[in-house]
Amino acid sequence: MAIVFLPMPIRRRIGGEPSLVVEGATLRQIINSLEELIPGIREELIDPELDDRVIRSISAIIDGEAADMGLRTTVGENSEVHFIPAIAGGAPLRVASEGGDRSQNRNEER
Amino acid sequence: MTTTEKPQEFKVVGTRPIRHDGIDKVLGRAIYGSDVRLAGMIYGAVLRSPYAHAKITKIDTSKAEAMPGVFAVMSGKDMPLVASGALDLGETVDDTAFTSDRVMAHDKVVFKGHPVAAVAAIDQNTGLEALKLIEVEYEVLKPVISLEDAMAPGAVVIHEGLIGDDLGEKVKNTNVAVHNRSEFGDPDAAFAKSATVLERTFIISRAHQGYIEPHASTAFWAPDGKITVWTTTQAPFGVRKTISALLNQPLSDIKVIPTEIGGGFGGKIPVYLEPLAAVLSKKAGRPVKITMDRRAVFEASGPGPGGTIKVKMGVDHKGKITAATADIRYGAGAYPGASINPATAGIFACYEVPNVRIDSYDVVINMSKTAAYRAPGTPQATFASETLVGELCEIIGMSPMDFHLLNVSREGTRRPDGPVFPRIGNEACLEAIQGSEHFKSALEPSTERKLRGRGMASGYWNGIGNKSSVTINVHEDGLVSLIEGNPDIGGTRTTIAMQAAEILGLPAEDVHPAVGDTDSIGYSDLTAGSRTTYATGTAAIEAANMVIDEMKKRVAMIWETEYENIEHVDGLFVSNVAPDHKFTFKEAAGKLGQTGGPVAMTGTVNVRGSGGGSFGTHLVDVEVDPDTGKVEILRYTAAQDAGKAVHPSYVEGQFQGGAVQGIGWALNEEYYTSDDGAMINATFLDYRMPTSLDVPMIETIIVEVANTNHPFGVRGIGETSIVPPAPAVANALADAIGVRLYQTPMNPGRILEALATKKTGK
Amino acid sequence: MTQTPEQSVRKVSVQCTLNGQPTEFLAAPYVSLLETLRETLGLTGTKEGCNDGNCGACTVNVDGRIVDSCLMLAAEAEGKTIETIEGVAPAGGLHPLQQAFLEEAALQCGICTPGFLVSAKALLEREPGADEQRIRLWLAGNLCRCTGYDKIIRAVEKARDQMK
Repeated sequence: MAIVFLPMPIRRRIGGEPSLVVEGATLRQIINSLEELIPGIREELIDPELDDRVIRSISAIIDGEAADMGLRTTVGENSEVHFIPAIAGGAPLRVASEGGDRSQNRNEER
Repeated sequence: MTTTEKPQEFKVVGTRPIRHDGIDKVLGRAIYGSDVRLAGMIYGAVLRSPYAHAKITKIDTSKAEAMPGVFAVMSGKDMPLVASGALDLGETVDDTAFTSDRVMAHDKVVFKGHPVAAVAAIDQNTGLEALKLIEVEYEVLKPVISLEDAMAPGAVVIHEGLIGDDLGEKVKNTNVAVHNRSEFGDPDAAFAKSATVLERTFIISRAHQGYIEPHASTAFWAPDGKITVWTTTQAPFGVRKTISALLNQPLSDIKVIPTEIGGGFGGKIPVYLEPLAAVLSKKAGRPVKITMDRRAVFEASGPGPGGTIKVKMGVDHKGKITAATADIRYGAGAYPGASINPATAGIFACYEVPNVRIDSYDVVINMSKTAAYRAPGTPQATFASETLVGELCEIIGMSPMDFHLLNVSREGTRRPDGPVFPRIGNEACLEAIQGSEHFKSALEPSTERKLRGRGMASGYWNGIGNKSSVTINVHEDGLVSLIEGNPDIGGTRTTIAMQAAEILGLPAEDVHPAVGDTDSIGYSDLTAGSRTTYATGTAAIEAANMVIDEMKKRVAMIWETEYENIEHVDGLFVSNVAPDHKFTFKEAAGKLGQTGGPVAMTGTVNVRGSGGGSFGTHLVDVEVDPDTGKVEILRYTAAQDAGKAVHPSYVEGQFQGGAVQGIGWALNEEYYTSDDGAMINATFLDYRMPTSLDVPMIETIIVEVANTNHPFGVRGIGETSIVPPAPAVANALADAIGVRLYQTPMNPGRILEALATKKTGK
Repeated sequence: MTQTPEQSVRKVSVQCTLNGQPTEFLAAPYVSLLETLRETLGLTGTKEGCNDGNCGACTVNVDGRIVDSCLMLAAEAEGKTIETIEGVAPAGGLHPLQQAFLEEAALQCGICTPGFLVSAKALLEREPGADEQRIRLWLAGNLCRCTGYDKIIRAVEKARDQMK
């Protein structure tokens, strides 16, 4: 049983509860448990290209310490898990261009 | 020093040896970025945009290319195409496409000083002449400089492709890259029930780290594709990763050799010149060195952001905090990435706040992209919160010290951004100040021409752990060499060597530390985040333990006994079963060759957290001349929790240096910006940093609340010291002149205005 | 013959005494002493921090006066006696100021240290009994961003006391 504190955007969508109690011995299991309660959350937390860790704009903090083994990081009984914006000043992960990414724009200009 | 528990016994840690790189530095022999000299080296120069916001409609470099003495010219078209994506630099995450654009503009310039072209020439002056021959045509666009302009509906949008994140919702056509929120409890309900509530808005100036050494990078792109870079940086592995991403070259083809570094404070984490030097080198077939001039450093590198912070705090009739909220808006500069998240973590960290809501905004404006500046985002936020607390205390008639202690955060307190504090030294620092001679001394009373006041403030920086590698080689005469991957900005090669020496049972002088390059040492995260003495020290301890372990095996072999019978005690290898057998480290080292060969061990770590971070409390006495508005700092005391001070002189140095930077930010430092986005005070004359005449001796109190996350109890301490000074000075000023200022810098002009307001009541 | 802009300018021949040695060099008329020290003479101990006379990292001693070498033309060195950081230490040893800087931890990044040492040496030669305020005043033209000046002042005081 771990207490998971949800990132603000997700909290707002599920009605404001700051935390949930879920089962899981690793971060991956915790997120899988969350998926059962909040469908779609796994996709928001895990980038398929970074299969072994949460997306880079989020830090997973377990009992006050940053997860060091990605999704393999162990979570103890009664642990607290926080998903908080990464220490870096909020650079959004995906900064997509309207018409595709910037490399395409550059090609068009030529 | 104030220790709070029975200290471990140390032989090396806690002493003050001469730093290992000291002789070279006092002789002027140390090689910093622009001291690099290579055979055949040529000199680069960068052409920078005069406009803060413009489209590049034409760029013609042909005349420059034809000038005698010019080897190569480049512009945006010479930078490879890169897609948007996360560039993970350890402490920060940037975007690859934005970073490429930032180091060399493509079709648009978004800050004054934005590079648009560069040349490499036989000497610096020829290069500068060649820049004059590059023809660039701009279509000038309206620059967005103020936060109000950037956030207004219908604002000119700087990046059309930017998709903002507003509490998880995607927003197009915006300059607000991110809006985050952290919330626990119900602050609005709590405010309604509070005895006293105070809300204020603060304006913080954009401020530069002010390192005396400008950026300087040299690159050589060899015919076989290997790129070697010599650069003054805090993050050699980050530079390697960035160059690889920007230039589409394999990581393993790039070697970054950090030179000595003349100050960083976070500003030498990003890449500016390295990719340009590399591209020019490829074209020229020569090593290319580029240095930034001081104006470019101010305009085009990454200062700490300015912004607006609204803070509100409520207390009950006893002075206990009931709730606090904040609205933090930072001007990130031309690309997203202002430090709003650490600001959120730090703004109320010194207190137990049962109901809290912190909104933070990362706003793009047409100035250079901000970078980390010592405890990024937190000095600004704490200026707001601690100055508010100072005023609140006046209103409710409570001493700031009593207020701090009543509401102090401690082990078990929940931080406003979520996690719970482990053991921390917040209370210990407050008590250290309370017990200090400074605090107990009476402030000289004001006279008509000398208004005196006293103020205090607390501050916090969490810090990071992350990855480090340290290799220790044992030499046959008992000396050891130690290689680590963290550029030394303040004496860390010595503090790391001291931790290894402690384990090895050697004097500090017998460990020879060196900062390696990205090929010669295992991966190491940057020198920043107050991590180096702490996390790289942990790796050094691990490596040293591995060395001792291996040497015990060798000694067992020599004494023909079991490894389990060998102990390493007080610097000696001894045998449990043969009391007369003992070897010094030197003796054992001399026999390694005949027992299996040399001993060399590498310790690697990924330290999971900082162990709670470092708290600090500062106390300051000021004297104000009411005719000129000039502020003199009469006395300053900085108390901060170091966990365990490895080299007390360098710990004191960090406390003092950060304090003086904070004083500068409080009293004088800001970017005077014209309406079209130019910094008009881009020299050390007008960007006024403290000189030796502006500050007194800075008294320091090293508090030691052991960090449970480090074998010796060491905490990272490099950043916290810049967090308390500005609000401490603001509180002292208010005490002296009877009027509060809510803006940095609190320069003479603003103080005179405030005094005039007080007089007329308007 | 094609020439670079720098080559097309006739150089001035300069002879001076530098760190105790007769020295000569060629310099374009517009080149600063700082640039010549670093680029032509290979003496990189003198640092460039701002190139406009505001930080003191380029401090050298010219005929007993401390000067920002970025503000002095190389050509003006003709006939002068110049000392840079490379000339502060006696052969094989350290000047008491250098030793004091090490003992008092008066440097963190060290980039400003050469400038401070040259300035402080000139001060102690002129005013062997300078007190804290005189030291602070004399050194106000040397910026340090790392130390907050405390340990630098203490180091100068220590050297002053040792040199008496």
